[in-house]
Amino acid sequence: MSKLNLGIYWAASCGGCDVAILDIHEKILDVNDACRIHLWPIAMDFKYEDIKELEDSFLDVTLFNGAIRNSENEELARLLRRKSKVMVSFGSCAHTGGIPALANLYDKTDLLNRVYVESESTVNPEKIIPTPKTEVEESCLEIPEFYDRVYSLAQVVDVDYFVPGCPPNPERIWEVLELIISGKELPPKGSVIGATNKSLCDECEREKKDDKKIAEFRRIDRMIPDPEICFLDQGLICLGPVTRGGCGLQCVKQSAMPCRGCYGLPPDISDQGAKMISSLAPLIDSNDPDKIKEILDQQPDLAGYFYRFSMSESYLERKKP
Amino acid sequence: MARNEESRVGVFVCHCGVNISSVVNIDKVVQAASQQEGVVVAKDYKFMCSTPGQEMILADIKEHKLNRIIVAACSPRLHEETFKKVLFTAGLNPYFFQMANIREQDAWVTEDKELATGKAISLVTGAIRRVRLHESLPTREVDIKPGVLVIGGGITGIEAALQIADAGHKVVLVEREPSIGGHMAQFDKTFPTLDCSACILTPKMNSVGTHPNINLMTSSEVTDVSGYIGNYDVTVKTKARFVNHDLCTSCGDCMEKCPVKVPSEFDEGLEKRGAIYTLFPQGVPNKPVIDAENCLMLIKEKCGLCEKVCEPGAIDFKDREKETSITVGSIITATGYKFAKPSILRDYGYGIFDNVLTAPEFERLNNSAGPTVGEILLKDGGKPQSVAILHCIGSRDKNFNEYCSKVCCMYSLKFSHLVKEKTGAEVFEFYIDIRAAGKSYEEFYDRIREEDVHFIRGKVGSVTNIPLNDEEKGKLVVIAENTLAGKRLRVPVDMVILSTGLECSDGVTDMTRMLKLSIDKDGFFIEKHPKLAPTETATDGIYIAGCCSGPKDIPESVASAQATAAMALKLISKGKVEVEATTSWINEELCAGCKLCIGVCPYNAIEYDEEKGISILNEVLCKGCGTCAATCPNGAAMARHFNDQQILNEIEGVLLS
Repeated sequence: MSKLNLGIYWAASCGGCDVAILDIHEKILDVNDACRIHLWPIAMDFKYEDIKELEDSFLDVTLFNGAIRNSENEELARLLRRKSKVMVSFGSCAHTGGIPALANLYDKTDLLNRVYVESESTVNPEKIIPTPKTEVEESCLEIPEFYDRVYSLAQVVDVDYFVPGCPPNPERIWEVLELIISGKELPPKGSVIGATNKSLCDECEREKKDDKKIAEFRRIDRMIPDPEICFLDQGLICLGPVTRGGCGLQCVKQSAMPCRGCYGLPPDISDQGAKMISSLAPLIDSNDPDKIKEILDQQPDLAGYFYRFSMSESYLERKKP
Repeated sequence: MARNEESRVGVFVCHCGVNISSVVNIDKVVQAASQQEGVVVAKDYKFMCSTPGQEMILADIKEHKLNRIIVAACSPRLHEETFKKVLFTAGLNPYFFQMANIREQDAWVTEDKELATGKAISLVTGAIRRVRLHESLPTREVDIKPGVLVIGGGITGIEAALQIADAGHKVVLVEREPSIGGHMAQFDKTFPTLDCSACILTPKMNSVGTHPNINLMTSSEVTDVSGYIGNYDVTVKTKARFVNHDLCTSCGDCMEKCPVKVPSEFDEGLEKRGAIYTLFPQGVPNKPVIDAENCLMLIKEKCGLCEKVCEPGAIDFKDREKETSITVGSIITATGYKFAKPSILRDYGYGIFDNVLTAPEFERLNNSAGPTVGEILLKDGGKPQSVAILHCIGSRDKNFNEYCSKVCCMYSLKFSHLVKEKTGAEVFEFYIDIRAAGKSYEEFYDRIREEDVHFIRGKVGSVTNIPLNDEEKGKLVVIAENTLAGKRLRVPVDMVILSTGLECSDGVTDMTRMLKLSIDKDGFFIEKHPKLAPTETATDGIYIAGCCSGPKDIPESVASAQATAAMALKLISKGKVEVEATTSWINEELCAGCKLCIGVCPYNAIEYDEEKGISILNEVLCKGCGTCAATCPNGAAMARHFNDQQILNEIEGVLLS
């Protein structure tokens, strides 16, 4: 049997998704038996030039993690799309922008200023900010262009499947790889693999009250939550209601932490954060505008909390000048 | 029609005479509409709602096989039903219709023709995109339970109850006080005819008391209402009366013996009553109740005189508050008003000087069954030589109530007449404007002017007892400006009557919550339509009569009571009612059982199904408000006719054009 040609790539990401692949442990040997890996920058040494040399659609599958933050990310996304039969958006950043997309709450100038000029640990008296091209005596130095916003992979290239998660659950990763290796019939294009259509609450076994009311937003670092009761009923914002199930309840059950939303938005929802705001608003236990503001102020970063993983998919787009 | 069948949209743009066409370029709107995807025909007409207009739509539906209709005209509140009927006549589901409001929301709010035309095109484009996603919805019918609940036993509630009961239907009349009668029972004379208030009211009260179709529940309040038009489940709480009314013979011995003396509410505190008392001598039911807060037996277990003298043994100190459940088809709210007691009363010396009275106090003073047996007397028993009547106390005042209380001018004129007639005193009316619009009201004003009453146009600043000269010594001095003469005045008088305005009665907030009603900025219930549905509300089967929707005089209150009775009787005679098909529904495939929707539903229409682990919606209870759909975090609860895709398509259409 001929080996499957596999590519694994990271764009704007932390590397956690790559590590998660290794978290399938000894099964990685089965992957090695079944696949020939042509690109995996975090683990093996290949050159972009080698990929460019491949015939189009040569790769059977590419697992692409990370969001599209700069021109290099986009270039590789387009290149790998061309070279792959199946393009898999792997992990939250590729799926819905992930943590890097939170930068969409700011614009490019704000970000570069903060990082290269204002940050407390930076010494940059000349206030030099990187630009794509820099003329020096000998030649012109080039670096990738930093975009004004972060895109999800599917906003840049055509994607066949999505595997959500920050990072994806190793068991789910193995299920995906096994499916591909086995040569069985693949699910319809566009499917979100390993995730359910229902929200996480469907699987969550915590006890839920009929009449939910939130009189106070509490914070997880200031309390020890009851392990049996719905987080919302304890005043803790849990994104479980607006997040697909299928993750294996790693946070809400095993770590006793409220869901942060990494499995992405359920199929009938178009904006995860907006939906969460819409869902929480009627639960606020007050009709007094001042009291409501006081309750909301208990959570200092609502946008960051509600859009932690899905900012690039939001209607909010990004900060307008 | 199947969802994927090609949509064939017809767009009909109305000129509304010149209401729309004078600002909006109709030709441009028609042209823009005709270029939209799915639009088969786009036309305009002078009056789309007229018979030729409707026939034009009907003909086009047939000729062009249209399956989606848009009318760009006025607010859907006015003509949505008209055009839905056209679709129905043409054999189309009425929900395949969308109205673009280019009159109230466009032509009437700007004079800029270019902007108005642009907005009209946007609204029409949004409507086109939306209507293509509309789905066929079935109409639903529910049975009407024949009983009617009337809340409030003033003249309004009495009239509404009698009308329905006389028509042969059961009524439950709930009154908070121990007797029905309301404010009208406190008055002596009514304007402008000066007929005796009690004489025209008490026969009606007695009819209520003896009517076989009326279940009169006094000392009672509605504490819970659930259900929907035709089927309201109501809980009524009846206070402990401590007197068994089945045994009581109304002899009155108990009241004579009661040693307690507390201010009488009915007499505005001008007279005392016992702890066992009837509200007033002609009360219905005319049987006493014990006021638990003041009864010595109930507070200290001492006394019990009433029990000793009561021959039939009707006194029952073990009586407890009771709850009664009733089911009715509709509810008439006639909760009335209360007289305002604004803080400025003190500026006018109220509570400081003896002879400064509010209007309801003067009414009692003047009543032949009141504390002075109808004589208008000063606190010291003397007759006043001069009386000032101060209009608009707490009304038409930005610091208190901005609205006009409507009845004060007329009752003030009545007061002038009564003072003149009974005491011959000099009377000064301090007014801002005399509002005497009503049958025979202006004539009454003329009559009072001929009775030598001094009318001074100007609002009074204050009332003082500090004299500046001998003439003012021992008098109340009214300080005002005569705005017609441009002069500051000091008028010494013996008595000051403050014509206090009308406010919504206490407990309106509870009623609002229970009946799902809205209140305006002044606390009065909001009508379904201020002109065309003044006694209906946004909640089907709940009607409002009398002063609970705003100040009214007696004839208006009675007329509104009769109107609500007609509404309730209409429901009963129809037997069934069509309810909106635009309810919500929950997609079982998506519902994750998070329960977020359950608590937010204002109609208690959602329950949790333990077995399936999901929320279940009762469509009969659902009013289609969409709160659950907005709350549902993963799109399982959806509002029919207002689903996300329809709304997003409409927004997109509005934004893109």
